[in-house]
Amino acid sequence: MNQPRLYLGKDLVGLESLSAEQILTILDTAEPFKEISERRIKKVPVLRGKTIVNLFFEASTRTRVSFEFAEKRLSADTVNISSSGSSVVKGETLVDTARNLEAMRIDMVVIRHGSSGAAKFLAERIPSNVINAGDGSHEHPTQALLDMLTIRDHFARIEGLKVCLVGDILHSRVARSNIYGLLALGAEVAVCGPKTLLPLGTAELGVTVFSRIEEAIQWADVLNVLRLQLERMEAGFLPSLREYNQVWGVTRAKLEEAPNDLLILHPGPMNRGVEIDSDVADGPHAMILQQVTNGVAVRMAVLYLLAGGAPDTAEVAKEGVEV
Amino acid sequence: MDEQAVHRAVARMARELVEQNEGPGNLALLGIQRRGVQITDLIRSEIERAEGVSVPMGSLDITLYRDDLMAIGPRPVVGATVLPEGGVDEKAVVIVDDVLFTGRTVRAALDELMDFGRPARVSLCVLVDRGEREFPIQPNVVGKIMTVLSGQAVEVSVPDHDGRWGVDIVPHSSEAEG
Repeated sequence: MNQPRLYLGKDLVGLESLSAEQILTILDTAEPFKEISERRIKKVPVLRGKTIVNLFFEASTRTRVSFEFAEKRLSADTVNISSSGSSVVKGETLVDTARNLEAMRIDMVVIRHGSSGAAKFLAERIPSNVINAGDGSHEHPTQALLDMLTIRDHFARIEGLKVCLVGDILHSRVARSNIYGLLALGAEVAVCGPKTLLPLGTAELGVTVFSRIEEAIQWADVLNVLRLQLERMEAGFLPSLREYNQVWGVTRAKLEEAPNDLLILHPGPMNRGVEIDSDVADGPHAMILQQVTNGVAVRMAVLYLLAGGAPDTAEVAKEGVEV
Repeated sequence: MDEQAVHRAVARMARELVEQNEGPGNLALLGIQRRGVQITDLIRSEIERAEGVSVPMGSLDITLYRDDLMAIGPRPVVGATVLPEGGVDEKAVVIVDDVLFTGRTVRAALDELMDFGRPARVSLCVLVDRGEREFPIQPNVVGKIMTVLSGQAVEVSVPDHDGRWGVDIVPHSSEAEG
């Protein structure tokens, strides 16, 4: 019971900087938290007295609600701030907003922001713990963690599995976090999508690039189908959504060619009939709602591990405590 | 205590539990992770041997109910909490742990138990009572009372974690006690 704690650091900005051991610590910690959401009283007192601000500068339902449930089930006090209806529309800077919140004595900030690097920027400027809930096209670490937890639930391992991220890699922070996390845990990772939606230099990260989805389906154990981020596409990325669905969409017919049953993930919200067809999304191999359930447990684990205080407390933990 | 002594103590503890609760019919055993769970297992098989009744059991991980988390930092490994079959409502719940020391673990276990329902009664059963309580908590059934000097600790060994049954007094180690 008294293993020394593996310290995650003050913040969770991305998975790029985490070791395999740290990622596994989060996944292992998430396991017992799953059960709390199945209880009649879905609440444990571990973060009692902590104040957490959910600072969402971009639209979000799933992630914001998931974080809020995670916080409330750990008994933290939470405040939600979205950019519309806050001082941000009056021109206040991100740091000023955060410093004003800190002046009201908060403990943690969960931030979703349209600019890549916003979470790190904030983490370096305030003493509160900062958790990245998605920053521009940089990282979305808790989404990748819940994806990995869902994969591990199914296969009982991650190492050696073949995972292919499909679709809009260019705009996807989910893809980046998944690539870092899966590679750290020893999975084989591939990406597959139209050239216009693949960032330059993807192969340098150590991932395979497939130019046809049929090849990816032959190769993979898991397909993580990404949302086509239409709101980030100004022009010229795709000829038409119909063509995208025919060439890149994950359909029942294409999946029937697979040598083994593929696990299908999607971070949501889905564009049904574009990147994924309804009969796949609602089919037996889709883990999409399981991902949402796991999301709460993973976020509880991250909040719990980060809330522990300063690094030197890890030393105290090693000494053992009499209770 | 060697293996034989532990088995003898547990056999007596099982009898006392059944006696105090007027038979095994309404009992539900709840072991505190981790070593309390193995002791619960042993008590359960003793009751089954003597009474021919299989008593429902569960496990409790009190990590998230501790009062010192923010002082020592969270433990990465939180164990499983599993309710006994049939729940705890209206049951004679027995909390089982290896060592009773300050009483803080039991305080946390009581809080957690209350979040799961309303037992008819709750009693406390420990293999070793080493005294020096910091809370007004007393056990109902005790395997052995031990006097321990400062700088020493009671170490309970169970097969799943330590490969054997036993209770030893050792120089203070990193192993936490309840």
